[in-house]
Amino acid sequence: MAATTLQSESKRRARKRLYTGLLFISPWLFGLLVFQLLPIMTSLYYSLTDFNLFGSPEWVGVDNFVALAHDKKMYLSLYNTIFITIFGLFPQIAFALVIALLLNRDVKGKSLYRTIYFLPTLVPAIAGSLLWMWLLNAQYGLINEVLGYLHLPAPNWLLDPKWTKPSLILMGFWGTGTTTIMYLAALQDVPKLYYEAASIDGASPWQKFWNITFPAISPMTLFLVIMGLIGSFQYFSQGYIFADGNGQAIGGPENSILFYAIYLYQTAFSFLKMGYASAMAWVLFVIVFILTIIVFKTSAKWVYYGGEK
Amino acid sequence: MSANPTQTVPHVRKLPTRSKAGRRVIREKIFAHTILIIVGLLFLAPFIWLVITSLKTENEIFTVPIKWWPDELQWKNYSDAISMIPFVKYTLNTILIALLSILGVVIITPMVAYGFSRIDFKGRNFLFFIMMGTIMLPFQVTMIPIYVMFNKMNLINSIWPLVLSSWFGTGIAYNVFLVRQFFMGIPHELSESAKIDGASEFRIYTQIIMPLAKPAVLTIGLFTFLGAWGDFQGPLIYLNDPEKWTLSIGLKQFLRENRVAWGPLMAAATLFTIPIVILYFFVQRKFIEGISITGMK
Repeated sequence: MAATTLQSESKRRARKRLYTGLLFISPWLFGLLVFQLLPIMTSLYYSLTDFNLFGSPEWVGVDNFVALAHDKKMYLSLYNTIFITIFGLFPQIAFALVIALLLNRDVKGKSLYRTIYFLPTLVPAIAGSLLWMWLLNAQYGLINEVLGYLHLPAPNWLLDPKWTKPSLILMGFWGTGTTTIMYLAALQDVPKLYYEAASIDGASPWQKFWNITFPAISPMTLFLVIMGLIGSFQYFSQGYIFADGNGQAIGGPENSILFYAIYLYQTAFSFLKMGYASAMAWVLFVIVFILTIIVFKTSAKWVYYGGEK
Repeated sequence: MSANPTQTVPHVRKLPTRSKAGRRVIREKIFAHTILIIVGLLFLAPFIWLVITSLKTENEIFTVPIKWWPDELQWKNYSDAISMIPFVKYTLNTILIALLSILGVVIITPMVAYGFSRIDFKGRNFLFFIMMGTIMLPFQVTMIPIYVMFNKMNLINSIWPLVLSSWFGTGIAYNVFLVRQFFMGIPHELSESAKIDGASEFRIYTQIIMPLAKPAVLTIGLFTFLGAWGDFQGPLIYLNDPEKWTLSIGLKQFLRENRVAWGPLMAAATLFTIPIVILYFFVQRKFIEGISITGMK
């Protein structure tokens, strides 16, 4: 008897905990429903329709996806996006790591350096982008002036389609402070003991990096790569401003900075093709999802979690 | 985190400088400083150029070779920046959106984080997993249906799509994660003893946990401010009426004319950036800690 009352008492408590718990997280549940689950379903529906925002959506089946598969402009935007991911994201992560490694040596004035590297990330996208457009100005810009002093070629950064993406990538390095700080936090968690033991064994700094530091911070690298990929495929503001600020149409010179998210925005809000844009969004989701899975799969080979190895 | 730079000095001195190892350490330090200084100067240069350009006349801006310093500081660019566009109105619009966003976020986030960290209910881990999974969902997937929803509610060209998205959108996951980490560090004995005294979860939350959570709440408030202040894509989508524009969108107006007024534009960009830089110097540690935990900015 006593056992059953105890059991029902614990059940009652569990139920009460469930209700209280759900009550506390209810704002998030509301957000999940109204700002995520319903829009996801609606977006999937829109992607199968022709919808210009004013009329009601008209069912067209997979037509949008078929048209998308033949859309040259989409492939161009995808190419541009992959370009800045490969030549922007990865070098920028590597650069942030180098800076973090240098800062982690307990150099004098560390907090001053850290502040300087972090400040650019605080600058709003519009202010930072316009500033860089001025720095990159072919005729009057600071960067070409300095390149001139060094007797280096002065490219037409903002108007030559070959140089527009490198311009954005260059600006991206300026905004790597967040990544540096995260690497710095990870580096500070690597036990000093490992390095001392390696020193006794006569390991070179290079060996120490590849055998101790890199494995120890690899979970952070994985995190940065995945978050970076997700962000890179949604790259928007800077690319949009670089075209707009030059008095150019969306996409910039010869659509050289038409990124996937920008083309999607243009499709939705300039052309009012909401159905087609929704189909584009789903393709984007699938691409990001597959890439994330691939990175996770390969991570077994290069990511080490504490204690396992 | 040994932020105090003087701490490293005795460490260097202790090493016998004439020994081989000591010399190597010094060589490495010089190497590190050289790179850090060069890169640091490259990082600072755009800021310096921003301010210098904002103080030049138009003729001084458009000269070859470059003019490094204006003959006379053109403070007029700053008054022009404020009068050429409705700068004050845009600033107030931006502040209003930022404040309302912060208000909702600092009320909602700790509640949700409390539920996810200190109440042990069935399905909690699953829901938490879902929440962290939503970070992977591209903004573009939900962008159009949410726009259509706000359009049906006649809220386009109002601040509400931006404010409500900051309360309930994907960003909540980062905030909850950060505050949850903080809550998990608070000893459970604290709430257990209150429970024995008959306190309800709500009472424990408001009377015991929340007063301790101020640092975490301050951090998410800061990040929310930063996000709202610099947001470009949100206002671009939702605010078409120039009366409702924020500074991010309003700054584009300098580009609308045939020739960009770079002096006033750089002055406006400076004014737009300065509040954040000042804020950073006041609460530096909050920023750094917050980023180290969640990786967000």
